[in-house]
Amino acid sequence: MTRLYALLVPLVVVLCVVSLTTGPADVGMAESLRALFAGGEGPMTLVMREIRLPRMLLAVMIGGSLGLAGAAMQGYLRNPLAEPGLIGVSGSAALGAVIAIQTGLSAAFALALPLMALAGAFAAVLILLAMAGPRGGSLTLILAGIAISALAAALTSLVLNLSPNPFAANEIVFWMMGSLADRSMVHVWLALPFMALGWVIFGTVGRGLDALTLGEDAAASMGINLVRLQWGVVIATACVVGAGTAVAGAIGFVGLVVPHILRPFTGGRPGALLLASALGGAAMLLASDIAVRVILPGRDLKLGVLTALVGAPFFLHLVWKVRRERA
Amino acid sequence: MSLLSLRALSVTLRERQVLDSVSLDVGPGELVGLIGPNGAGKTTLMRAALGLIGATGESSLAALSPEARAKAAAWMPQAREIAWPVTVETLVALGRLPHGRRPGPADRAAVDAALARMALEPFRHRTATRLSGGEQARALIARALAQDTPLVMADEPIAGLDPAHQIATMEVFRDLARDGHGIIVSLHDLGLAARHCTRVVVLAEGRMIAEGPPSEVMTADLLARAFHISAFHAETADGPVFQPLRVIR
Amino acid sequence: MGLRATLVALAVLLPSAVAGQGHGGALRPTGAVASDAAPERPRRVVSMNLCTDQLAMMLAAPGQLVSVSALSTDPRSSPMAEQAAGYAVNHGRAEEIWLMEPDLVIAGSFTNRATVDMLRRLGVPVAVMEPAYSLAQVSDLMHEMGRVLGRAAEAEAAVAAFETRLDALRDEVEARPRAAIYHANGYTSGDRTLAGEIIALAGFDNIAAEAGYPMGGVMPLEILAMADPDIVISGQPYPGASRSEEILGHPVVRALRDTAVGAVLTDRDWVCGTPQVLNAIEEMRDIRRRMEAE
Repeated sequence: MTRLYALLVPLVVVLCVVSLTTGPADVGMAESLRALFAGGEGPMTLVMREIRLPRMLLAVMIGGSLGLAGAAMQGYLRNPLAEPGLIGVSGSAALGAVIAIQTGLSAAFALALPLMALAGAFAAVLILLAMAGPRGGSLTLILAGIAISALAAALTSLVLNLSPNPFAANEIVFWMMGSLADRSMVHVWLALPFMALGWVIFGTVGRGLDALTLGEDAAASMGINLVRLQWGVVIATACVVGAGTAVAGAIGFVGLVVPHILRPFTGGRPGALLLASALGGAAMLLASDIAVRVILPGRDLKLGVLTALVGAPFFLHLVWKVRRERA
Repeated sequence: MSLLSLRALSVTLRERQVLDSVSLDVGPGELVGLIGPNGAGKTTLMRAALGLIGATGESSLAALSPEARAKAAAWMPQAREIAWPVTVETLVALGRLPHGRRPGPADRAAVDAALARMALEPFRHRTATRLSGGEQARALIARALAQDTPLVMADEPIAGLDPAHQIATMEVFRDLARDGHGIIVSLHDLGLAARHCTRVVVLAEGRMIAEGPPSEVMTADLLARAFHISAFHAETADGPVFQPLRVIR
Repeated sequence: MGLRATLVALAVLLPSAVAGQGHGGALRPTGAVASDAAPERPRRVVSMNLCTDQLAMMLAAPGQLVSVSALSTDPRSSPMAEQAAGYAVNHGRAEEIWLMEPDLVIAGSFTNRATVDMLRRLGVPVAVMEPAYSLAQVSDLMHEMGRVLGRAAEAEAAVAAFETRLDALRDEVEARPRAAIYHANGYTSGDRTLAGEIIALAGFDNIAAEAGYPMGGVMPLEILAMADPDIVISGQPYPGASRSEEILGHPVVRALRDTAVGAVLTDRDWVCGTPQVLNAIEEMRDIRRRMEAE
């Protein structure tokens, strides 16, 4: 466990530095870091502080949040296939965000954007728990997730197509696949309070998730308040996924791949997996965001494309494993 | 001193009375066998006693706060769930959750003792989900023991174990009772109940129809009434022998 | 459709698809290939593209033009919206256009290819004009529009007036301010575009060329920041909201736009290769003079 953190923490730090020093402006690493920390009048300070820094921060925040949310949902549902992107939570958050933007709500009141996205995510998690709750199997969860994803995607497309803005309709792919391009500190500040609240709540659910390994009855008999645990997971997931999706679109598979890879290193305990997945998620999204800038520097390659390329085969592998175990 | 005290405990599920006014006291040193046919209300009685389902009447455990209850009674449900591939040691250590966040020497000692009692030392570092059903059941019993509570309640803990482990497990429970714990187990093996329990409680159709030492309670008349069976019963030098023979209508 | 027909269709489609990468809807004549079997002097003309609408309204004889596109009546995108209100409006659908019984349809190369093919199958002659990327092509366009409408003399006069006014706008400029044209999604217009020529003629240097985007394209925010232009010219925001336009509110762009002359926006005068671009050039020249005065 300690060895795992000794690996993950430096990895995240290195990826942060690489993220800060990757970009079309051709400036050396030392010079760009000096511009970031020492400041100065030149345009490089503007580039570092207003373009690359928020991009790096958002990758860490959103990646960490998705890792956390994935680990927590899997722990709560006791199902390795649960993941906010796959089961429609991110898609519903995107719908909320799009509605906030297209109704002009977010222009009138900046926090309306994360709040609406949060409401979308919250609704999706509630529907999922009602349909596939702790006693529902993988099949119910995935089927309910497909239905929610499809509905959210259709409504998002509808809202964007109804927009009087000619660019809006072309942005469906952004909301479905996610991107950190051209985000600013404004977005960091917009997402941070909600994410921080989610992180704090996730910090309190670890013990309950550990106990749930033995089932609800055993957990309850060990003094775990299952109602509080459920609301904790629901609200925290809605907070972090909603806030992240509001500023960067829906990014899938991070919450699936990261907990799956790290689970064996945390002894399988869902509580211990939370922090590890947060670090792993941050690392995965940082790496993906660096990759989209290195692979196709001229185009805004969507983050979700990369995470899905890695994640979808993983998902198939997991489905196969689950099927074999339950057969 | 009583570890569990039930007064007129009743449970109604979907407008059907599944537990009807059960009163019971369990004290230290007792190994109480809960017997009765399928659907008699054994599981319901234990869950209601723990406060896991709503009930009318009184239960000393259900009246406690969840934290205090977790230190007063350990519960091993019938469904043997192990959701994640944890090691046996980790699984057993989950029983220490009610005792605070940072595992200390007392926690390690309790885990070691539970593993030793259930003869799980060789399995300590094995992945629990890859063990056989019987081995998993023993690991889950060890988990409940690690909770180190005065009262242990287990729902059909020996179902699915091989004969040696069934006997060994009942002996573990009896030893625990001798050490001053109170144990309540539900079981279907009347022979084991007769040999090991200090007391049996017979449930039928939600009502407690008899309770007392096995030799007094498990009469031909009661078996016919509660289980619709006849049985061979003899006291031998090796203790009571009890073998159900045929179904009677 | 047979293989041969497919190949022919591809050959026709591909150049316009490549041209489609460019920005703006300005038009350039493509010559005789595009206008098939049209009458010498059509009497019922329907135009279905914002830019052909403007040229047609300028050059058509009274009563000759019967319909313009709906976009032309929108004052946000059309500098001739008032005039367009006097015509029937079409939405670029083959059925409605066919029911207008035109003897010539004028389309842009961005017009839906399926609609154009459908009209041709129905026996309606269609003249397709491609976008223009230079001021010189504006004159060509007017000549071409005069030819398809049978109004060559009127076109000649219009071209002469346009070129006279254009020459009058050429200024000797000592210190050319460095400008960036920056649109939604970070799209920039280079020197070899109509917008690029507008600002060049008005006395600006375009940073897109030095940054390696002579034709324009998506220029990352970082490149814009590093080029540190004196002025950022961006598109007018559309109603509603979009993430694409959000980039124009990014702190980096805002910092660069925070100059003495304030935010400079391109508007409907920049859209088409018509004499309207003269207004855009005049406006930009005035802005440059104001910057000099500061």
